[in-house]
Amino acid sequence: MKALLIAEYRQGKLLESTYELLAFAERLGAEKAFFFIGAEAEAPHFDGKVYFAEAAKYGEYNPDLHKRLVLEAVQKESPDYIVFLHSSYGWDLAPRLAAALKIAQVSEIVGITADGFEVPACNAKMRRLLKPVTAQAVLTIQSGAFSYQGEPGGTPSLVPVELADSASRIEFIGYEAAEKKEVDLARAEVIVSAGRGVGKKENVEIVAALARALGGELGATRPVVDAGWADHSRQVGSSGQTVAPKLYVACGISGSIQHIAGMKKSDFIVAINKDKDAPIGEVANVLVVADLLQFIPALLARLSK
Amino acid sequence: MKILVCIKQVPDMESRFRVNSAGTWYEEQDLAFRLNEYDEYAIEQAVRVKEGLGGAADITVLSIGPDRAVEAIKKGLAMGGDRGVHIKADQPHQMDAWQIASLIAAFARDKNFDLIFTGLQSQDRGSGQVGGMVAELLGFACVTTVVGFELNGAVAAIRREMEGGLRGVVRLALPLVVTCQLGLNTPRYPTLPNIMKAKQKELLTFQAADFPVGDSLVQTEKMYPPEKKGRGLVLEGDVNELADKLAAILKEKAPALR
Repeated sequence: MKALLIAEYRQGKLLESTYELLAFAERLGAEKAFFFIGAEAEAPHFDGKVYFAEAAKYGEYNPDLHKRLVLEAVQKESPDYIVFLHSSYGWDLAPRLAAALKIAQVSEIVGITADGFEVPACNAKMRRLLKPVTAQAVLTIQSGAFSYQGEPGGTPSLVPVELADSASRIEFIGYEAAEKKEVDLARAEVIVSAGRGVGKKENVEIVAALARALGGELGATRPVVDAGWADHSRQVGSSGQTVAPKLYVACGISGSIQHIAGMKKSDFIVAINKDKDAPIGEVANVLVVADLLQFIPALLARLSK
Repeated sequence: MKILVCIKQVPDMESRFRVNSAGTWYEEQDLAFRLNEYDEYAIEQAVRVKEGLGGAADITVLSIGPDRAVEAIKKGLAMGGDRGVHIKADQPHQMDAWQIASLIAAFARDKNFDLIFTGLQSQDRGSGQVGGMVAELLGFACVTTVVGFELNGAVAAIRREMEGGLRGVVRLALPLVVTCQLGLNTPRYPTLPNIMKAKQKELLTFQAADFPVGDSLVQTEKMYPPEKKGRGLVLEGDVNELADKLAAILKEKAPALR
């Protein structure tokens, strides 16, 4: 069994998350080769074949050209699996590649069993076990689900891939950094975060009051930030900040995969939620099943004593 | 300007899910269905494009599903869509993303759409595949996880979200498939007059079998709740007692309270 692992490269650097693909392929027991569009010096540390194209020529972001380059590598390598991270890069490329080759795609794999690949469904409340019917398949793996242990090493043997015609419909203008920060959550020892369960903007203040009482900072989930109830610098999760404070209190947060990815390494996690089955319960050391609007004021009264 | 918006009706994610008798999907009975959240942003963006063109655009809102999917289409029409297309399929979960995308592409192929908007993913299946596959099948360019969209003539300027708050800015010509991320815009609430008007709008109904799409490429072995592992202490009961218990825990765990 052969796996072609699609490395990620951004702002002139190989992304560390690339090595999660290696961990996944090792779990599969597959023979491994990388595909990498970047700068030669940044190629993955790996004793094996790395299909390589210059980002200087094909861009860091260009799904049209990158798809065609992956297709070139697939033709040379004939892998059973073409493996991406379930990331902004994989979202763009994986389905296009699967459709171009008319082969199965399985998205956001979190586990491997003898009967198929395990993926989350229904906002992580359920799982599905899926099996590709086609001989080849495109796979994307959830970030953090397969962690690479140790220091990657080795010397890649580069196999160049090229396109005769590099005309493209897509013009990449550049990157925009996140807006300037109101707070640096990475430095907070205690973070108390508000999720959609707070209901409305005014109620964020109740969560902020708990943050102050615990000597911590206010955090928030993506929907709360998108609604304009909290500043973007307070967003915890894969599209915001990844944090690992001593104490994390999740208030009215159901626990989307993206949010949990950003806070699961906290030393101690408390969740306050009406829904006992909310996925946040899976990572919480303590889950308080309660309406936060009643519970937090009662808690504050006791903490101030 | 011809615009297609592809939407899906999904269960309320606050629901408690049970596995159906076939063991491959959730039991739909007793669930409340609503418009997939990501698709609200897709409809809103289509309507904004039309407004930006002084109304010189035609918006088709398409959904594949059983009869209940018509509710989601009607919401799209009440938000500003011009025409609904319901492709009837009683068991759409039995189709994989490739088949769903093939159905949409078969419908769209001869319609000369300039822009196709859809959500980044559905809340129930969450594969994030359909938009990209539709683009590939139609030969359109595609940008996923879009958080900013501006149209200047036949060229779109797009911001897409990347990891850690970084955004990528790209420019490309139509035709184009855009998959919408949360926060792209603020979806409007349909007003009562617009809900009434939506009832008069054209609704075309097809059967999924009208568009032969071939076999599925992915097989669902089973659906099941995740294994409960490493579950911590669960506190339930009277609010005041709960507050006593948690206050004691926090006094140990919060450095400022020690």
